[in-house]
Amino acid sequence: MVEDLRKAYGTVVAVNGVDFTVAEGEIFGILGPNGSGKTTTVECAYGLRKTDAGRIRIFGVDPQEQPDRAAELIGIQLQDSALPDRLKTWEALRLFGELGRRSPGATATASGRATNERDVLEQWGLAEKRNAAFASLSGGQRQRLLVALALVNRPRLVFLDEMTTGLDPAARRDAWHVIQQARQAGTTVVLVTHFMDEAEELCDRICVLSQGRLVAQDTPARLISTYGGGIRVRFDVPDDVALPDWDRLPGLREAHRLKTTVELRGSGSFLTALGAALTTAGLGDTDLSVEQPRLEDVYLRLTNQAEEI
Amino acid sequence: MPVTVALSWTELKLFLREPVTVVFTLALPPLVLYVLAEVFGNTPDPQGHVYRGVGAMDYYTPAYIALIIGSFGLIGLPVHVASYRERGVLRRFQAARMPVRAIVVSQLAVLFAAVTAGAVIVVTLAKVTYHVAWPVAWPGVLLAVLVGALAFAAIGVLLGAALPTARAAQGLGVLLWFLMLMVSGGGPPPEVLGGALREVATFTPLKHLIVAVQDPWLGRGINWAELGIVAAILAVAGALAVPTLRKRT
Repeated sequence: MVEDLRKAYGTVVAVNGVDFTVAEGEIFGILGPNGSGKTTTVECAYGLRKTDAGRIRIFGVDPQEQPDRAAELIGIQLQDSALPDRLKTWEALRLFGELGRRSPGATATASGRATNERDVLEQWGLAEKRNAAFASLSGGQRQRLLVALALVNRPRLVFLDEMTTGLDPAARRDAWHVIQQARQAGTTVVLVTHFMDEAEELCDRICVLSQGRLVAQDTPARLISTYGGGIRVRFDVPDDVALPDWDRLPGLREAHRLKTTVELRGSGSFLTALGAALTTAGLGDTDLSVEQPRLEDVYLRLTNQAEEI
Repeated sequence: MPVTVALSWTELKLFLREPVTVVFTLALPPLVLYVLAEVFGNTPDPQGHVYRGVGAMDYYTPAYIALIIGSFGLIGLPVHVASYRERGVLRRFQAARMPVRAIVVSQLAVLFAAVTAGAVIVVTLAKVTYHVAWPVAWPGVLLAVLVGALAFAAIGVLLGAALPTARAAQGLGVLLWFLMLMVSGGGPPPEVLGGALREVATFTPLKHLIVAVQDPWLGRGINWAELGIVAAILAVAGALAVPTLRKRT
């Protein structure tokens, strides 16, 4: 969908040769530190910004050439955007709903529209806030409304830029749930986020940007196994006990011994082999502290690496 | 309902929910007018020196219609545009592919609705209390109001686009409003102002708009020179406003 995208603001290159393809029906995450080009990528893909080079196709439509056609297919929730303070929730939904009815073939009767609005309000837990002014909504409610507006016209693809920033944990869980619902209803989701747990929980695939470049792209599980540095195991053994020969453990990457504490890192069948080796050595009842690598480790490793280059 | 109508209707409701703008466009002009009327009455000065030779109320009524336009262009619109810009509402509209036409038309709809409502209040008050005369030449008055409203719309968008925040826009707008009210003939009669203040007045758009509305109202024909100045202000402010807003959205 996005090929070799490049965009510079003056002399600052924001996006430098980013490629990725999002499959229909998927939740695709775009991760990266501040200033890595995530938002620029999304805004170019939506046709809000002119690209300097590269090719973008959304369901076969070039958003740079036909921004209005692309807009009919895409819903978007932007970072740092808001609504007029005194606009009421239902008025916002009505107004943004009107925008989707510009295209021919859009059929909505007044009653059908009212039902849709009610459904959306219910779905997003905003039914009680129907008549509340935007300014009086809590951070979570505002964010839910903005995401609801992105989805109100049932787009085939939706871009959500830092959807859960500023939400409390419960509101984030709710938002995740609605994103999953939207996907089940057939909408493809592109999620820009800072939160690794969000990406791990929701995304089928993610890409990591750093300084305008794509540094990795895969499923969260495969990224973790490739870049996560493996499972880390720590345990205490008495000083005088002879330890097995670690070098024969399959998948071992690192081994350290600090006084009585042993720390090992490895992947693949490393963990089961370690268990067997310890049992053979008569250390079967050792307490092992096992840590799985998390997406956060992958992310930090990838973005640090990119910065060092 | 087409988007333009939907947005205009929404904007009209938002205007009515914005107390500062409503006060300055709909409440203050008739209030100040009433106070001035109670002080100066409506008997023309026998020597014909002040109030351009007519009664104070005959002088002030058309001037206050111009002032309502000024209120909207100096306070209402700049605050609205600056807060839309500041809060990312314009970005949100742009992202939703809200047609630019719908945004422009909706703001003009609110402007003309507000000016019409304000003018009806001012004229009704003047009619009921001092039996002020109807305009002698309606077309001239309507033309001046139309050109003046567009000129102040351009000024309002320019201020709203150029000023950093909505609060700054409100502060500067209120200041400009009082300045123009006082020196442009909306407060003391222009004849009693000193030379320096009259100089200042010639640089305020409101001064020219007031005369452009007054002349046809009082039966002195359309003042093409003043109307031309107002149209020039429209052209210059409009030419500056569009790129400024585009750059700062």
